[in-house]
Amino acid sequence: MTSARLQPSDGRDAPVVEMSAITVEFPGVKALQAVDLRLFPGEVHALMGENGAGKSTLIKALTGVYAYDTGTVTVAGEQREFSSPADAQAAGISTVYQEVNLCANLSVTENITLGREPRRLGRIDRRAARERARAVLARLNLRIDPDSTLATHPIAVQQLVAIARAVDTDARVLVLDEPTSSLDADEVAELFRVVRALRDEGVAILFVSHFLDQVYEISDRMTVLRNGQLVGEHRTVDLPRLQLIQEMIGRELTTLEDLERAATRQVPPGAVPRLSARGVGRAGALAPVDVDVHAGQVVGLAGLLGSGRTELTRLLFGADRISTGDLHVDGRPVRFRTPRSAIARRIGFSSEDRKGEGVVGDLTVRDNLLLAMQARRGWLRPIPRRTGDELVQRYIRALDIRPADPQALLRNLSGGNQQKVLLARWLLTEPRLLLLDEPTRGIDIGAKAQIQQLVAELAGEGMSVVFVSAELEEVVRICDRVVVLRDRHKIAELDGADTSVDDVVDLIARGGRS
Amino acid sequence: MTLPVRISRSPLLWPLAALLALLLFNLVVNPGFFTVRIQDGHLFGSLVDVLKNGSPTLLIALGMTLVIASRGVDLSVGAVVAISAAIACTSIASADDPSSPGAAIVAMTSAIGVGLLLGAWNGLLVSVFGIQPIIATLVLMTAGRGIAMLITDGQIITVNNETYSWLGGGHVLGLPAQVVVTGLILLLVAVLTRRTALGMLVEAVGINPAAARLAGVRSRSITWTVYVFAAFAASVAGLMISAQVNAADANRAGLFIELDAILAVVIGGTSLAGGRYSLTGTVIGALVLQTLTTTVYSVGIPSQYSTLFKAVVIIVVFLLQAPRLRAALRRRRRPAPPPPASGGLPSGPVPVGTDLGPTPTAVGAPAVPTGREPSGSTVVGAGNDPAEGALR
Repeated sequence: MTSARLQPSDGRDAPVVEMSAITVEFPGVKALQAVDLRLFPGEVHALMGENGAGKSTLIKALTGVYAYDTGTVTVAGEQREFSSPADAQAAGISTVYQEVNLCANLSVTENITLGREPRRLGRIDRRAARERARAVLARLNLRIDPDSTLATHPIAVQQLVAIARAVDTDARVLVLDEPTSSLDADEVAELFRVVRALRDEGVAILFVSHFLDQVYEISDRMTVLRNGQLVGEHRTVDLPRLQLIQEMIGRELTTLEDLERAATRQVPPGAVPRLSARGVGRAGALAPVDVDVHAGQVVGLAGLLGSGRTELTRLLFGADRISTGDLHVDGRPVRFRTPRSAIARRIGFSSEDRKGEGVVGDLTVRDNLLLAMQARRGWLRPIPRRTGDELVQRYIRALDIRPADPQALLRNLSGGNQQKVLLARWLLTEPRLLLLDEPTRGIDIGAKAQIQQLVAELAGEGMSVVFVSAELEEVVRICDRVVVLRDRHKIAELDGADTSVDDVVDLIARGGRS
Repeated sequence: MTLPVRISRSPLLWPLAALLALLLFNLVVNPGFFTVRIQDGHLFGSLVDVLKNGSPTLLIALGMTLVIASRGVDLSVGAVVAISAAIACTSIASADDPSSPGAAIVAMTSAIGVGLLLGAWNGLLVSVFGIQPIIATLVLMTAGRGIAMLITDGQIITVNNETYSWLGGGHVLGLPAQVVVTGLILLLVAVLTRRTALGMLVEAVGINPAAARLAGVRSRSITWTVYVFAAFAASVAGLMISAQVNAADANRAGLFIELDAILAVVIGGTSLAGGRYSLTGTVIGALVLQTLTTTVYSVGIPSQYSTLFKAVVIIVVFLLQAPRLRAALRRRRRPAPPPPASGGLPSGPVPVGTDLGPTPTAVGAPAVPTGREPSGSTVVGAGNDPAEGALR
């Protein structure tokens, strides 16, 4: 298929979309800094970058959801500034989001034509609508009944209907934001068949996915972003995976002084791991994985977004149910049906979704700090006020939480300070194992260093830590063992002391030890 | 914060202002409103009537406050009132000696016992089966009056029992018994939620159920508890309402009282979206409603206009409380604060309750005490992109 492919960057065509020097600022943050993006007719263009790189912001600047501060957007040679997604759609730019944004209780026809139904004498012309739906479904080679209710179809087909809706309006540009994240392999193949068909018709497709294999399979060119900046624009065939991953992750020169790392803690032979997972997995989320965490050990989970690192930590905590495998704590088999049962075994968990699953924003710092401890005691045994005040004061000081006001509402604190509060919430329960999923994401560099330091200290005192981070340097620096995940499989486990970022990147790129 | 600032930002400001305005209105229109007479050692007067007649609604509103704080709502409390009244009156009527204190005590105990069971049913539907609270309690709201009809056999059961009537018309230390009982239960709730951790855990479940679950909060039993308490409060209110008229009317007892209770909670400043609640606010809310009702009667507004009049007053109270309107008023009074000085000093107190919105705030360098002001040396960390967060 590649041989017959149009090579748009050869200059035979003018780009259908050209964004240049786009800058988007949110209060205090430059979400995008002078980013360029070119889309040619008849190409699949991958937009790559880790979380927070600015992919979504760029898409939203293109489709009129956000206004950009500087820069220009040219569509088919004409400079445009869209004020709304509908505006962009009228110019031929359609978007299909990760979650299917359709009405499940309406028919396929109604979903495809919603908001632009063919009318006759002021009434919806149902026959014409059905014909139009049939035509666009045929164009995508989809054999489904246009009169069927959308909800009766699997999610993958719904996704394709969303694409049908998007291209029904004569789309010149189709933006697919993580379209494959909830699809299985066959469904992805079906989706790609449709994408290729559209590409061959001359539609420019902007494709966002965290699955590298898929990106390499479907895309012709790619643009890589990091921290809101353009890193590079490449033809896919010219960009080895290793280089792509390096561009995505980058080599942030941090001002952190290197943590003084003790020689990797030697686990005495025959020691019983504090937590041991054997074949632990969950259908559709994670292939069976073996992991051991010993006392005083920091085990890092490395991998790209969607590699299964979050899924694994959630399974270890009982936040999601395990569907295969066994967990052992101190050698004894356990079954975590809810987080409470894990907490009873003195395990703590800080979710990557700080806002959605950690912060109780309308409660005070004090209440948030004491929440897990209080939950363990039950509501009938309140923490005495004096004890509570002392603990809160001590942890606010120890973790340097600012402002140091126990009565401030947590949602008014910065992300880094919120994260410290969430860590302290668990430290108050004196856990023996702490699962930290992206504890340093999106926080400023000072707080980041403090949290890394804290993890090292806690491990020094004998606590076990499972540490997840998108930043490989961080993982490699503070972890004794590094478990490498890729596409929801564990592909390697390395000794932290003699592992470099390059080793891990190499492993992820090659998909395992060779 | 200085006292005036604290008062002006207190969520209780507007409900209190509304209450005071209503009282003032009454003072002008009807000077006799504030007269309190002592007769046979008991207090009488319009103010006492407000307290007394508002008691059942207040009682139910207390339970409703906790339910709403947990992100739920209980529509069935009116039906529980009817069932409680029906059980109490039929029990007295069928007792060997319908006028004995023993009969009244048995009747009240069984009515409250059934109330607790009904609350457990609601709690089961919501917390175990995960049915949306509005639907789950709608079941009992519709079925409840039918159950009450079955118990009373479709009749209005009248009773003649002094012990029972005492709850409706008796006095303790000069105050109506209803007011005293309600006051005791208010005290009980305040102690139970604020002296234990129940209140905080209810709020945590109401604000962020996912975070509460991951922190190990037993949200299921917490949710269950609030529904049981709401039904308990409703059954006691049912006893009061029927004791007042010495009868149980399955069709009319506590009709629409769930709506008044919800209204009282909302006037008191507790958000229907769950989370932080205020018992004091609810008390004020219930008093506003009852004062309004009493005012309508005492001023002599024709009955066909009375509901309309109440609606207008309530809308005005809500508008004054609406965050959007208040923010608009505040903006008019005070221009936006200038950007912080380069010294990195905090720019003054950020108003409590100001929604900082989805804007990323995690950019303060350690030198900035509040960590809120954007500083020159910011690092845009991963995840700082609000769009990224919104899409995931």
